[in-house]
Amino acid sequence: MRNYIKTTAGFILSATMATASFGATVNVGELQGFTGPLESMIGPMTGGANLAVTEANASGAYLNGTIVVVQGDSVCIDPAVAIAQAEKMINDDNVMAIMGPNCSGNTGAVITNVLVPNGVVAISPSATSPALTTLEDGGWFFRTAPSDARQGPVLADIAISRGQTDMAVTHSNSDYGKGLADAFVTAYEAAGGTVTVFAGHEDDKADYSADVAALSAGGSTTLAVLGYADTGGRGIIAASEDTGAFTDYIFGDGMISEVTSGAVADGSWGTLPSPDATLGANWKAVAEAGGVDGSGVFSAESYDAMALIILASQAARSTDRAAIQAEVMNVANAPGRLCDAGDLANCLKWISGGLEVDYVGATGVELDAGGTANGSYAEREVIGGVFTDVKIHK
Amino acid sequence: MSDSIDIINAFALLTNFVLLPALSYGSQLALGALAVTLVYSILRFSNFAQGDSMAFGTMIVILLTGFMIGNGWTVTGIPTALLVIPIAIIGTSIYMLTIDRLVYRHYRRIKAKQNIVGITASIGVMFITGGIVRFILGATPQRFEDGERFIFSVREFKAFTGLEQGIALKTSQFLTITIAFLLVAFLFYFLQKTKTGKAMRAYSDNQELALLSGIDPDKVVQITWLLVAALTTIAGALYGLDKGFAPQQYHLLLLPIFASVIVGGIGSPLGAIAGAFLVSFSEVLLTYAYKKFLIYLLPLSMHPKSLVQLIGTEYKYAISFVILVTVLLIRPTGLFKGKVIVGE
Repeated sequence: MRNYIKTTAGFILSATMATASFGATVNVGELQGFTGPLESMIGPMTGGANLAVTEANASGAYLNGTIVVVQGDSVCIDPAVAIAQAEKMINDDNVMAIMGPNCSGNTGAVITNVLVPNGVVAISPSATSPALTTLEDGGWFFRTAPSDARQGPVLADIAISRGQTDMAVTHSNSDYGKGLADAFVTAYEAAGGTVTVFAGHEDDKADYSADVAALSAGGSTTLAVLGYADTGGRGIIAASEDTGAFTDYIFGDGMISEVTSGAVADGSWGTLPSPDATLGANWKAVAEAGGVDGSGVFSAESYDAMALIILASQAARSTDRAAIQAEVMNVANAPGRLCDAGDLANCLKWISGGLEVDYVGATGVELDAGGTANGSYAEREVIGGVFTDVKIHK
Repeated sequence: MSDSIDIINAFALLTNFVLLPALSYGSQLALGALAVTLVYSILRFSNFAQGDSMAFGTMIVILLTGFMIGNGWTVTGIPTALLVIPIAIIGTSIYMLTIDRLVYRHYRRIKAKQNIVGITASIGVMFITGGIVRFILGATPQRFEDGERFIFSVREFKAFTGLEQGIALKTSQFLTITIAFLLVAFLFYFLQKTKTGKAMRAYSDNQELALLSGIDPDKVVQITWLLVAALTTIAGALYGLDKGFAPQQYHLLLLPIFASVIVGGIGSPLGAIAGAFLVSFSEVLLTYAYKKFLIYLLPLSMHPKSLVQLIGTEYKYAISFVILVTVLLIRPTGLFKGKVIVGE
């Protein structure tokens, strides 16, 4: 599998080399979970990230030459692998910064063991655990996906407004699942909801009938699944559908996938970080033009993460890692000229012309003091077997 | 809920949530465990590639199923996947015989310390096989069942019986349990009664003696791989029909399968089956919350307030391992006296 990724990276590398003008090349790392629990979502994510690079290279406006992406497989759930890949990128490939990693547990490990000691910026498109906000990251870590400390209350509000006053809650036994579940349950119970059973599930089990049997014993017919669509969450839903244990489901962002919507009845819903309609439409057009599935979860955040690295390097006028760190917040936040997705060429020119920019990008990026995007959330309901946006919650 | 004692509903509840799921999961594990046992008995190594081989077999089933459905070649009432299993078995057999020729035969020839060398080689085969599957089919989970999903669903059952608790019987559960039973019966007949089966057992007991009595070792090895391919493909297809296909999931099936094999007594076919059901039932029985069940059985005054759960479902993993460790401590040979695993 890893060789396959290397080959793919090679192709992308040669493709970008061919289109760009001659000059210096700069490596940027892309550390994502190409295999493992997130593997079915990675296609659009890596597509989004590479689109930003292709755009910057095609513009010819990037100061430091041609950007080359070095891909690494973080496998999502194995910190040892993620750390080794990150170290390799930094020491062997001399990357200026890293786009990634994906899963919250891995991300924490990479921050502590690699980013801080080496002094390298990483911008994750998808690590949403609240724990990462308080983790000591020395200012080296940013994320374009909002923290679940925000998603939990949004989920709870929608559930209450839909009249779902009792439910069982199951979460992936991971940093992501636990963080989201705690934030959700706290807000839900404060708003008057009742959690009948609260239990974590392991992600790599071959069978989930025991989990579902226990969850259903509380008597509620609604189940909140805060986990991963390809592993535990999928198993939980399959087992629940088989036994008729639950009829309605509520999903966290990790579950918003075709795999999920194909397995449950209409009326189940979930939330995921998503920009408002105007930005969304723009991103969709940009993604389509670039041959990327723009509706893919975290594809927009991936584009933004990579774009931020490129713009910060432009603003720093160097590929020096510390200089990039100093510029990330400046390019991401006001004041400055607004830059949308698909407009990186202008953005790069503005910056080299000495103007300040405020990167809006595909998701309306605005980072808080901790380097985490504020974000907005789409409420998506399964209608006709497909997840459909019904509302955007700010 | 009623305040009287209600044995029928209690039983329905337990059947739906515990017995049927555990029975079908156990059957799927049993077929995989039998394949591991066969390889261990005849070829003398623990085949770590079992989970990914199941994914390989299932991949062929999925591709053929898509082809059949695309051409409209389906039979009402029977999942198309079932019709293509024989062809898929041939495909998997060819793959396994090729791998044996390219990898394992070499180590037999040089008479390597077979268990440890075989394990190591099979780990390599595991990664290659998993890679091939992901390369051809991709990493995304897929479903490939068609036709009727349920023989009877919870709603139909409730309407028919008037009970408060429903039982659902999925087509795939029914097929899994039936086919696993038939396959196990056939395998035991084959090993016990046929000439080839006896030759295989002789070879397993004592290779030198078997050679002296004129048994062709190459033939025994080939037949073993054919049987393993059949078991593997069927186990993979049934698991996929029941729970959906995802390469990663199949890769991880290795753990419960090995737990089953070791608990049952490695090298003992009967033990593999017993081990598989022990693993599947203990997981569900120990983590089930008995609250509803007891409410049906006990008078109102004794209704439990808590969930009445012995162990949280978070500890499901631990259960297999606790059983494993306990068995190895008390009976190192496993429940059914398999071969003692020594460092050869």
